[in-house]
Order: sequence, then C-alpha cells, then structure tokens
Amino acid sequence: MFEILLNHYPVLLKGLTTTLVVSLSAIALGLVLGVLLAFGLTSRYHLVRWPCGLYRSFWRGTPILLQLLLVYYLLPEIGIEIAPISAAILTLTLNTTAFQAEIFRSGISHIPAGQIEAARMAGISAWQTRRRIIMPQVFRLTLPPLTNEIITILKNSSLISVIAVTELMRVSEQIASRTFQPLETYLAAAVLYLAVNLVLARISAYLERRMAGGLATE
Amino acid sequence: MLDIALIWEMRDLILQGLWNTLWICLLGCLLALSLGLVLAALRLANPRLFSYPVACYVEICRGIPLLILLFLLYYGGPSIGLTLSASVAGVVGIGLYGAGYFAEIYRGGFKSIPKGQLEAARMLGISPWHALVRIQIPQMARLIVPPSTNQLIILVKESALISIISVDDLTKNATTIVNQTFQVIEPYLAVALLYWLMIELVARGGYALEKRLANRQPRHIAQKDNAHANG
Repeated sequence: MFEILLNHYPVLLKGLTTTLVVSLSAIALGLVLGVLLAFGLTSRYHLVRWPCGLYRSFWRGTPILLQLLLVYYLLPEIGIEIAPISAAILTLTLNTTAFQAEIFRSGISHIPAGQIEAARMAGISAWQTRRRIIMPQVFRLTLPPLTNEIITILKNSSLISVIAVTELMRVSEQIASRTFQPLETYLAAAVLYLAVNLVLARISAYLERRMAGGLATE
Repeated sequence: MLDIALIWEMRDLILQGLWNTLWICLLGCLLALSLGLVLAALRLANPRLFSYPVACYVEICRGIPLLILLFLLYYGGPSIGLTLSASVAGVVGIGLYGAGYFAEIYRGGFKSIPKGQLEAARMLGISPWHALVRIQIPQMARLIVPPSTNQLIILVKESALISIISVDDLTKNATTIVNQTFQVIEPYLAVALLYWLMIELVARGGYALEKRLANRQPRHIAQKDNAHANG
C-alpha cells in the first residue's frame, strides 16, 4: 500500500484533485439551487410546491449511478454534446440540489413562525426576511447534515469513474491494472478518501463549535 | 412518446435484474443489520476493549466509498486468497458497509435511554437481563426504526454499484437494454421506477413498524386500565 502511494503519488494526487474539484463544484452549485428549491418546497402556492416535490422525489428516490447514466446517455440523444466531466458535475449537482433542499427545508421549518410574523409586521419584505432572517440561522442549524451531504457527494463522486472521468477511483483502476496489485492500490485510494473525509468532518466540527450560540431558536 | 412495448419486450432482462437486486439487497441488509448489532453489543459489553476498534470501523465505513470496498473485495480479495463471486462480493460489501452505520444507529438508540431508568430498575430488584428486555429494548426499538429505515433505503440505492463489478442487477441490465436497443429513456426510467417502488415499500414498512411500536405501550397500559375500571 505504502509502496503504491510512494510510487504513484503524482497521478493519485491528480485524481484526488479532480475528485475534489468535481465534488466541491457540485456542492457549491447545489447549495445555490438547493436554497431556491427549498423556497419552492415551502412556497405558499401549490403550483410551485408540487413540481418541486416531484423533482425532490426523483433525485432522492433513485440510485445516483442510474441518474449519472441517464444524464450521460440522454444528453447526446437530445443533441447536447458534453464532456464526461461536465456530465458528472451536472448529475452530482442535480442530485445534491434535492438533498440539500430537503436539509434546508427542514432547517426553515425549525425557525419559529413568530419571527417571520414579526418581520412581516415590521414591514420587511418576504425576500428580505428569507435573506436576512431565515437563511443565516438555517445555515447554522443545518451545518451537521450539510457536512454529511458533502461527505456523501465526495464518496459518490467515485461513481463518475464509470463514465471515464479520471478522478481518484479511475486513476486507482489504472494503477491496479498496470501493477497487478489491486488490493494495495484500492487500499491506498481508500486511505486518501478517508483522510479527506476526516479532515472535512473536523473542519465542520470546528465551525459548529465556533458558531454555537447566537441562535434565536432557543 | 415513450415506447412501453420496448419494456415489455425486454421484460426477461428486467425481471432477472430485479431478482438479483432484490436478493442481494435482502441478504446484504440482513448482514448489515446483524453485524451492526454485534459491533454495538461488543462496544457496550466491554467499552474499554472494543470502543476504539468499533469507532475506527465506523469511521472507515463513513469515510470510504462503497465502490472502493466492492473493488477491494472483488478485485483485491484474490491476492489474499479470498475469491468471491461478484454477487457474493456484493452481499458482503453491502453488509460490511452498512454494519458501520447500523452499529452507530443502535448505539445512539441505547445511549438515549436515561441512566436513571436503569438505576430505578436495579433499586426495584429487576434483574439486568429483565431490564434489558423489558425496559431498554422496547424503548430503543422505537428510536432506531426511523434512522434504520433511512439507512436501508440508502443501501438499496447504493446496491446499484454492484453493476460495476459485473453483477447482472437492475442497473446493469438496464444498460444492456440501452446498448441493444439504442433507446435511453425507457429502460432507465423503467428501472428508476422499480427502485423507487422498492424504496417506497421499505419506507412504508418502516413507517408501519414505527407506528406499531409507538402504539404498543400505551395500548398495553390502556388495556390494563380498562380491565381495572371494568373489574
């Protein structure tokens, strides 16, 4: 295992970088879209809530591998040529949007209704209420599940090796088939995934401690 | 627009895939549930000895992708004399991976029961075994059903990965149909619908179990109260 890490670290690190770039872009894009979808899910209007709920059901209720294959094969069918890495980021984004929206929706439901009523009484617009009052608290409330989601996406990004994106998993497959040492190679990859996820969990725990307090929900 | 006839023509492949997904999921989940229980029990029985190794195991399950674990078992296994067929590697992979999550779910359930209850039970002369079976487990069961249902759903969805180590499951057979017929939407949507159906069934089952467990205690007490009132 250490031999593999030592001999192949440049390619492994390159694969790891791709893994991180793909996952983190999907997470960032999914954050923006997820917040919007959460607003849609908590909307007053049935006509807005319903399609948002359907979107959430599909992306949370089917395997991400199936979603990836569907996006990857479907886009060329409808005349959109797209690089594998873009298809990967697109799928992971569409997937994590649904999961993050659900996290935010649950966070929004924990904000006391009185705050929103008070804001309305004070003449603050609905949009300003969301931006200045609801979301800052929701981000703090949802940090632990959000961290879990980031880790899940990082782990799921290993699937994009199937559509030939050369991220960590794909690189390991290449090394394994060249060195005939699959056990050592995949162990090395496992250690890299584990290290990244442990660091992420630590950062999140630190942020959570720092941001504790100041929540108006207590 | 959708070619439903295509799905009917390919029903054999889809049913074969469904069958393989079903039995591998079922065995994998059973393995995960029971191995998780063993891990949690070890940790409770002798915290000094087992806390650290079990915690490490949990962190590993949380930190590595299931795909890596499957590759380790299926491609890495033979170099240490462990040759598994793809489906068995799938069952073992899902089992080992899920066990880490279930161990943590059980532990959470166990920890959430106030210590005072056990102390009270001891004061009343209730044996530790009796306290476990009559006081701790019934309360724990109610707490762990919702997160366990969630985890089972995740495992069913992640089982699609066994197609990558060449098990003819739903996902693999859908791709086979796509490659044979050059129709993308129909096979994948049909299979997505089947996964969604399986997940819905697990969710409904979990919900029913949750309701039953929640009802059990009050009904028991209510019955006694009624008997008392009538007598």
